[in-house]
Amino acid sequence: MKRLSLLLLGGLAVATVAACGGKKPETPAPAQGPNADSAAAANQAREDSARKAQEEADRKAREEAERRQRIADSLAGIGKTTEAVRTLLATMIHFDFDKSNIRPGDAAILDQKVAILQANAGLRIRISGHCDERGSDEYNLALGNRRATAAKQYLVSHGIDASRIETASYGEERPLDPGHNEEAWAKNRRDESDILAGGDALKQP
Amino acid sequence: MTAARPLHGWTVLGALLLAALLAVYPSSRLAAQDTSAVDRGVRIGLTYRPGVRPGMVVLPGRGAVLDSVRAILARDLDYSDRFELITLPGGDSLRATAVAPAPRSPAAAPARGGGAAAAGLNYPLYQALGADFAVTLTAVPGDTQSMMVHDVAGGGVRREFRVHLPPLTDAGFRMAVHRLSDRALEAALGVGGIAATRVLYVMEGKVYAIDEDGADQRLVSSTDHAALSPAWASDGRRFGYMEFWEGHGRLFVQDVASGKRTGVATSGQALDFTPAFSPDGKTLAFSRATEEGTDLYTVNIKDGCCLQRLTVGRFYDNLSPTYSPDGQRIAFVSTRAGLPQIYAMAADGTDQQLLAPFDYGATGSSNAPEWSPDGQSVAFHRDVGGTLQVFVLDVRTRAVRQLTSVGRNEDPTWAPDSRHMAFVSDRSGYRQLWIIDLETGRIRPLLQKSGARLPAWSPRLPETASSTP
Repeated sequence: MKRLSLLLLGGLAVATVAACGGKKPETPAPAQGPNADSAAAANQAREDSARKAQEEADRKAREEAERRQRIADSLAGIGKTTEAVRTLLATMIHFDFDKSNIRPGDAAILDQKVAILQANAGLRIRISGHCDERGSDEYNLALGNRRATAAKQYLVSHGIDASRIETASYGEERPLDPGHNEEAWAKNRRDESDILAGGDALKQP
Repeated sequence: MTAARPLHGWTVLGALLLAALLAVYPSSRLAAQDTSAVDRGVRIGLTYRPGVRPGMVVLPGRGAVLDSVRAILARDLDYSDRFELITLPGGDSLRATAVAPAPRSPAAAPARGGGAAAAGLNYPLYQALGADFAVTLTAVPGDTQSMMVHDVAGGGVRREFRVHLPPLTDAGFRMAVHRLSDRALEAALGVGGIAATRVLYVMEGKVYAIDEDGADQRLVSSTDHAALSPAWASDGRRFGYMEFWEGHGRLFVQDVASGKRTGVATSGQALDFTPAFSPDGKTLAFSRATEEGTDLYTVNIKDGCCLQRLTVGRFYDNLSPTYSPDGQRIAFVSTRAGLPQIYAMAADGTDQQLLAPFDYGATGSSNAPEWSPDGQSVAFHRDVGGTLQVFVLDVRTRAVRQLTSVGRNEDPTWAPDSRHMAFVSDRSGYRQLWIIDLETGRIRPLLQKSGARLPAWSPRLPETASSTP
C-alpha cells in the first residue's frame, strides 16, 4: 500500500482513537490469581488473541474504507481524472524577491505533489525556477536554479526518490505576466512543475 | 601633434551657443558622469571639454562613393570622441576651396606618403576654422581610393593610405570604411580606434550583431532555442553564447566568417551559462548550475576536453566569469557574503578574494563584471536604491566609481579602446543599447530598439572575420 498524505494520516489517527475508545471496555480482564486453571487460561488467551486479530482486521478494513471515502470526498470537487491530478501537480509555488526559501503557505502545495508522486510510482517531473525582471539577467539563472532546487529538496526530504525529479532554471526569460509592476513580479517569481514521464494515466493519491 | 588652442573647432553658430552655455555653466564637468543635461540634449560645453581635443575636418571628395566614405568616416571620427569634428560653414560649399591649389608654407616640409602635392589644401583657412587635422578623399585611377591625413598646423600630409574599397552595395563596404577610419585616427593621434568593431547583443532570444556606429544590424544566431550571454573571443573570429535546451543550458562557439557553430563539450546535462573566452582562445570559462548551486568551470575548447571546476560553493553561487587580458585572473560574481558581489581569483581557481569593496548590509547586489581590455578596470552593475547602475572599479586602487545615474543601467561591455562602453539603459523610456565615453561623458544610443540586452563589444575585428556576416 502506498503511503498516505498528511490528510489521510490525520483521518487514520481519528479512526484509531475512535476504535480504541469504543472497544477497550468490552475486553474482559484475563483470569488472574495463582489458582487459575492453566488450560482455561490458555484457552482464554487464544480466544482473546483471535478476537483481537478479528478486531484488528475489522478496524483495518473500516479504516481503509474510511480512507478511500476521504480520498473520494477530497477529490470529488476536482474530478477523478488524470487531468485533475495533472492540474493539481502543476500548481505553482511562489517566492519573495531574491529569495529561494519555500514559503510556509506553499508547503501544502508541495505536500500535494508528494502525495501525487507517491501514488504514481512511474511519474517523473521537472521543476523549473523562474524570476522577475528586476534582478540581473544572468544572476537570475542562478537564482531560478536555487528556487527549483529548494522545491526538489522539499520533495526528496518527504520521501520522493531524487532521481524522479529534474530541476531547471529559466531565470527571467519566461515571465508569466509581462507587466512591470509588483503584481506581475510576484506572479513571475515561481516554480513550475512539468511531467517528464509516467503522466499518461495518473492515479489520485 | 599640434598644441591645443583654448577654443576652436566650432562653427559660428556653435561658438555662439558655446559662449552662451559657458556663461550659464562656467565650470566644465570633467567626470564621465552622465547627467540629465545630456538627456535633455544639451551637451555642448557641459560634458565636452572644448579646446582640449584637437579639431578635425573631413573634406568632401568627388562622387557618390566618396560621399558615402566621407559620411561614415566623419561619423566614426566623431564617435571616437577624440576630436572636435568641424562642420564646414555652408555645408559643402567649400569644396571648390578645398581642392583649389593653395600657397604652401615653405616650412611645411615634413609630409610623408608622397601625395602632398596632389592635395594642396588651404591650410591657413582650416587652421582658422580650428582644425588640427584634415582628411581628404580622392579617387585614384584603377578603382582605388586615396585618403590623406593632413597636419594642418604643420601644413603638410602626415600619411596617405591607398585602398581598394568594395563597391557601395557590397556587404563589406561599411566595415572597410570603418577600418579606414581607424587608420586615420592612428595616423593623427597614434592610438587605436574602435570603428572596425561590432557589438553582439540578445533580442527576443536571438543573437544579433551591429556595427559600432549603429548600422548593419544583423541576425547572427537563430535557432528555435532561446539564446543568452554572447561573448567574443579575443581574436574577433569567434564568439560564444548559451542556448536553452529542454531545461538545460548548452554552450556554443560560432565562427564569424563561416557562421558554423559547434557545441562545447562540457559533458553533462546541466545549466551552463555566461561563457567567457580566455585571452589565448584555448579555454572557455562558464557558470554551471546544478542542484549543488552554481559554480565556475573551465573547458578546453581547443581539444574539446578537460572540464575543470574552479569554485566549490555548496551554499552559495559563483557565476559570470571574465578574464583579465593577461589571462592570469578571473573576476566573477559570488553570493558567499549574502548578496552577489564581485570577486577575483587566479585563472586556476586559487587565491579567491574580494575585488570590488562593498559595505556589508548597505551595498546592493553587484553583477555582470567585465574586465577592460587594458586590464586596469572592471566594469559591473550594482543595485542602487532598487535600480541598477553601471560602476567601474580601478583594479589597482580598488576605487569604485559610479558611472550612471539616470534610469536603470546594466550589463556594461568595454570597447577595445577601454574608454568606451556599451550598456543597457531605460533612460529613454524603454530598455535599449547605449554607448558612453568615459573620458568625456558623452552618451549616444547604439540601437533604438526596445528589448536589446546583454551586449558584448568585439575586439578590433580582423580583416577576414568582418567581411562576412
